[in-house]
Amino acid sequence: MARIDSSLPDLSDLDGLACRDSPIHRLDPRIKLLTTLLFIVCVVSFDKHQLSALLPFAAYPVVLLILARLPPAWILRKLLLAVPFALCVGIFNPLFDRTTLLHIGSLEISGGWVSFASIMLRFALTVSAALILVASTGFDALCLALARLGVPRPFVVQLLLLYRYLFVLVDEALRLSRARAQRSFAGRGMELTVVASLLAQLLLRTLDRAQRIYLAMQCRGFDGEVRLLRRLRIGASDVLFLTGWTAILLALRFLAPAPTLGQAIGRLLPS
Amino acid sequence: MHMADALISPLVGGVMWAATAAITAYSARKLDAGGDDRVVPLMGVLGAFIFAAQMINFSIPGTGSSGHLGGGMILSILLGPYAAFLTMASVLTVQALFFADGGLLALGCNIFNLAFFPCFVAYPLLYRTIAGAHASEKRILVASLVAVIAGLQLGALAVVLQTFFSGVSELPFATFLLLMLPIHLAIGIVEGLLTAAIVTVVGRARPEVLASAAALPATPRPGRGRLLAQLLLLTAVTGGLLSWFASTRMDGLEWAIFHSSGKEALPAPATDAHALAATLQERTALLPDYAFRPAAEEGDAAEPAAEVAAAGSGKEKEWPDVSAGTSFAGLLGATLSMLLAGLLGFALLRLRQRR
Repeated sequence: MARIDSSLPDLSDLDGLACRDSPIHRLDPRIKLLTTLLFIVCVVSFDKHQLSALLPFAAYPVVLLILARLPPAWILRKLLLAVPFALCVGIFNPLFDRTTLLHIGSLEISGGWVSFASIMLRFALTVSAALILVASTGFDALCLALARLGVPRPFVVQLLLLYRYLFVLVDEALRLSRARAQRSFAGRGMELTVVASLLAQLLLRTLDRAQRIYLAMQCRGFDGEVRLLRRLRIGASDVLFLTGWTAILLALRFLAPAPTLGQAIGRLLPS
Repeated sequence: MHMADALISPLVGGVMWAATAAITAYSARKLDAGGDDRVVPLMGVLGAFIFAAQMINFSIPGTGSSGHLGGGMILSILLGPYAAFLTMASVLTVQALFFADGGLLALGCNIFNLAFFPCFVAYPLLYRTIAGAHASEKRILVASLVAVIAGLQLGALAVVLQTFFSGVSELPFATFLLLMLPIHLAIGIVEGLLTAAIVTVVGRARPEVLASAAALPATPRPGRGRLLAQLLLLTAVTGGLLSWFASTRMDGLEWAIFHSSGKEALPAPATDAHALAATLQERTALLPDYAFRPAAEEGDAAEPAAEVAAAGSGKEKEWPDVSAGTSFAGLLGATLSMLLAGLLGFALLRLRQRR
């Protein structure tokens, strides 16, 4: 919970970052979404012991991060926050897979360590790509892109409303939590029954709020549909971005230049 | 428990995405057909409530740790399965995008594990059956406990299956299952108690909320049989697809290419991966422990220069032997490409500063 507490400011950070202006921010959100998905699929599709072929993919987040003028420290902090699950599952690989796969000098590295490193690298690549997508696009534009790509309308409306009331309700929960903390000592007031009544209180207030919102929406002519007004246009730079990255990513995926490059250099070196 | 992109294969991710997309479209249609636009703001605010509720933590008796509300079941009780599924899916999407919990490719898995099971399996089959229409507080307690525990166990099982079929993690199926199920049993008990307590308080303060929720276009009684049949079909198809794909031992992209062009196109990476797999199998069979490695090769490995020569003289053709030379070449290539990526970034940075 400390985690959500501390990462909530990041949520509004994200909106701030999405409001900036850069060549990446100006791209069509659909193009960015599709490119990000392609990137993730390419990265994840490698064999689990593949490490060297994965590394060149770091070019994508690095280039986008710089072009979109996003602070690298922010991405790193978010990466660290999200690391536990992948780490917990990945750390078992070195225990179960002990066949030697790699030699560095006289040091032998087992397949387990290689695949563990591969998992962590995949994690860093996929998560940073997704974060860059959100931070350079913004939530509303992303929802619009989803709607235009054929995601069912009720789901898109749900995402928009959820995001709108997230901050309001989290503030309310924090107030409740702070009030409890001020009235309880030495861990008292943390019991299940107390928490249950707090949450039920919050839930009742939430239901009241939903009713008020509904009435307000009715007053403004709500007929069950939320209309998204912003227009999307795919321009020349969008086409260039999509085709360029598709070519690069597919080349990196299927030609795997890193090991070949290494061999070529190895051949050139004097024996 | 959120699946991560790093742990799944594109195939598992894709199949789960397809399944989740189908359920989402189905739920959205059902909701539209319900024709009650009151539910639109209610869903939005309740989704935000799930986030907010996770900020109020409590201590689990007997342990030092603390827990929080998960969400799928309480949403089902308040909204009915269709609206609850969409709400839970939106919560998970926001978590994936903003908190980097899980990932975009794993989103299908996560929605399936954490929204489908509580909303479409545990709620209609267990909660509704046990609690009935006008439940006493004791019945609510039993129903929530059983339904939440069952939903979480199914979710945990699905996580293990998805991890297993993806083949990225080395964790054996049984070991991972034995790790996951007890953890989620404990979580389930706590969450079940909490869900029951909240439903009870809401029921006391506002009986009409629960009554109207139960009357929402939730589980139409005559449709339940059909729903169950559809779910079983979906599960069977998904399971069948997964196991079939798993048995062909090809990874997703290769499979897609195989089928689109009629042959295994782009042989370089494919043979590479297969040769590597073959190497591994041979190694596990012949050399269970690397201590048996011939001493000559050990001595060889001490001199990188010799390996480079070996790699240069076409030694990499004898693939079944993971020679030190090829390892070295791989490392060299990796380092170089990292350097190139860094240089590219640096150049872009300079260019931007100049402008």
